[in-house]
Amino acid sequence: MNAAALVRYVLRRIGLAIAVLWAAFTVSFIVLYLMPGDPVATMAGGGLDGEPLTPAELDALRARYGLDQPLIVQYGQHLWNALHGDFGTSVQSGQDVRAAIAEALPPTLQIATAGLVVAIVGGTALAVVATFTRVRWLKQALLGLPSLAVSLPVFWVGLMLVQIFSFGLRLFPSVGAEGPASLVLPAITLGLPTGALVAQVLAKSLDQTLTEPYVTTARAKGVGRAAIHLRHALRNAAIPALTVLGYVVGNLLAGSVVVETVFTRPGIGRLTVAAVGVQDIPLVQGIVVFAAVVFVLVNLVVDLTYPLLDPRIATGATA
Amino acid sequence: MTSLLQVEDLRVSYGGVLGELQAVDGVSLTVEPGEVVAVVGESGSGKSTLAMAVLGLLPGTGRIDGGRVVLDGQELTGLSEREMRAVRGHRIGLVPQDPTVSLNPVTRIGDQVAEVLRVHGLADRRTAELEAIALLEKAGLPDAQVRARQYPHQLSGGMRQRVLIAIAIAANPKLIIADEPTSALDATVQRRILDHLDLLTRTSGTSVLLITHDLGVAADRADRIIVMSQGKVVEEGPVQQILEDPRDPYTQRLVASAPGLRPVPPPAPLPPGHPLVEVTDLVKEYRLPGRRTLRAVDGVSFTIGRGETLGLVGESGSGKSTIARLLLRLVEPTSGRIVLDGDDITRVRGKAARALRRRAQLVYQNPYASLDPRFSIEEVVTEPLRAFNVGTRAEQKARAAQLIDRVALPASVLRRRPAELSGGQRQRVAIARALALSPDLVVCDEPVSALDVSVQAQVLDLLRELQAEQGLAYLFISHDLAVVRSIAHRVGVLQHGQLVELRPTEQLYSAPEHPYTVELLAAVAGQGSTRREPVGTGKALP
Repeated sequence: MNAAALVRYVLRRIGLAIAVLWAAFTVSFIVLYLMPGDPVATMAGGGLDGEPLTPAELDALRARYGLDQPLIVQYGQHLWNALHGDFGTSVQSGQDVRAAIAEALPPTLQIATAGLVVAIVGGTALAVVATFTRVRWLKQALLGLPSLAVSLPVFWVGLMLVQIFSFGLRLFPSVGAEGPASLVLPAITLGLPTGALVAQVLAKSLDQTLTEPYVTTARAKGVGRAAIHLRHALRNAAIPALTVLGYVVGNLLAGSVVVETVFTRPGIGRLTVAAVGVQDIPLVQGIVVFAAVVFVLVNLVVDLTYPLLDPRIATGATA
Repeated sequence: MTSLLQVEDLRVSYGGVLGELQAVDGVSLTVEPGEVVAVVGESGSGKSTLAMAVLGLLPGTGRIDGGRVVLDGQELTGLSEREMRAVRGHRIGLVPQDPTVSLNPVTRIGDQVAEVLRVHGLADRRTAELEAIALLEKAGLPDAQVRARQYPHQLSGGMRQRVLIAIAIAANPKLIIADEPTSALDATVQRRILDHLDLLTRTSGTSVLLITHDLGVAADRADRIIVMSQGKVVEEGPVQQILEDPRDPYTQRLVASAPGLRPVPPPAPLPPGHPLVEVTDLVKEYRLPGRRTLRAVDGVSFTIGRGETLGLVGESGSGKSTIARLLLRLVEPTSGRIVLDGDDITRVRGKAARALRRRAQLVYQNPYASLDPRFSIEEVVTEPLRAFNVGTRAEQKARAAQLIDRVALPASVLRRRPAELSGGQRQRVAIARALALSPDLVVCDEPVSALDVSVQAQVLDLLRELQAEQGLAYLFISHDLAVVRSIAHRVGVLQHGQLVELRPTEQLYSAPEHPYTVELLAAVAGQGSTRREPVGTGKALP
């Protein structure tokens, strides 16, 4: 309704997103390049095997990576390149960092998306059923599940699923990235902790919402329980859950490290492990910034969804 | 049976961790077709529980233990949830308590009205939409067509209550239960809305069960009054009889303490001398988004003498509370001058501002929120002393005991926590705290608005006594004109941040000059000006 207010809201969110990206770049630059130790020596040592490099060769390498410049110039140079999408080349493989990430992205995107769907659908279903049922023990049991799910280590869940569904029941493959069937177990493993958080927050929020006076108004109209639950309460209760979801989507990326290892799938997670293992600084920084981009985009989407759910946010009112 | 609603020996209890609470204890009542019956009682009397039990909407652990509710010959107690759903909204409409929280914030209001018609199969999607607009119009909402597309937060409290009325009347129920329908609204809005509800129900012959704590509202609106206390009906009868010849001692007390009805004691004479507070041309502007400003206080001037009570009345948004905060220097004035006892305190900072805190204290509206729940009462009362390092610990303790005694609380409360006290007791504690540093001025911002009338009267008596003893000056802020009349020497009327009239209390009340003052006074409930003729054929009517 108030278009100007909505535009201001969107612009403010986009401005914030840019600020976060810049901060992620800067912090990762400081951490990676200013760490004690000589980055070139580290890179060279972790690079080609065998012969230690001569001082002349080291200097040549420093010049190649611009490390002989003052720090602030290096920072400016890197930022400028990054703004153009250039994060340099991997020390390990000599591959362009952007290309390396782009190559590892699709399989990770697949399991992350599938994991997200598992988390949202599973979490919402659990919360709705737990708050709807009038059977007390069922409610208690359902509300206990999220705590259990968060406390299980991700790798253990993955291994158990493989044990049961691949080796035991032979329903899904245990490794690889071939076809939709290979996606099922990783997606469940990855989505479980996120879904648990969604369920926990949404159930609490639903319980709270159901005590609101407007729910009494709806009941006094003669609206049925299910309709009150789904039509009146769920939408009002969704906002806290959505906020949490925005924050934990980052966990999906982090979780992919474990899940891709357990299920032997290619992807960003394995790329990260490899890059950190050999201290491939340009690649690590590229991945950090990429993760920040994902985080920022997801939260931007979340922020832009709020006004759709709650008209009060769009018009900047408080009551 | 010809009665529309018949409640027989109804008993409702809440099961809690601390055992059962009998909220409604053997209540019987009838509502005849077309009759307006008011159930009056203080908080905890069980009146709202009664209303919810009739609708089958008891919250949480509430349970009907016995008795019957019969609507139009059909017994409601014992109906299944599905059968009850057909009754709610269709045969009984509810106008709930607080319009600001009783509408779904994320749904357009037109849809919320239409929902009643849709769930009872009285209209399809398209006709429901049109009918909702007609209903909103009928409920007196201006620009209903536009408003129907808006969300609740875009409407004022009064407009939202009209939406809730539209919802209640949508299916043409024979009975409307109005649970404190206007308690959250300003007096003038309250009157307009109750007038309108009156008109609607009278023309359609709808019966109303009006639940209220306000004997004045009940007197103005009902044909018959039922007085409840501690879950029981203590008295019932026609309005006139209850007001003029209450038989039950509880009713007598209630009538005696209703501020709109009770006789006004003459205020104590003022000691002569220089005024304690002089406020000149005070202005406070707030910046709003989009380069607009809101003038919350607009050139206000007044004085308060030593030992005087200056009342400030006005509706929400009139700037009353802002003036209180300016006077205590909790917010910065935009311009103007505030002089306390000869010292200009308009711009004081640092030490001088802190010293001011010793001389001017505040008693807030909400005694439930203004006391730190983790403090013992002794800690609450001695906190100002500790903040200013007044006396030794032993002296502070002694002072607390003395203050608690002064506000007529037993010494045993000193060791208790705020949660263990009732609202009236908490407000006494807040007053004791305000008096700890022996201030000259106490600013009371709606100090009794959250309290039941009988407690209200006690707290007002206490304030009066303390004033007589110590020559305190009060700035007494309230939306309730009857309360202000009973305590203030002079009264100022605020409208849109301007002081439109400021005169000695009796002059102002008996011969108001400004049209806004006239309107405010006309809206005070309990004057009998709008009392309607009896229409029902209730057994209690002659």
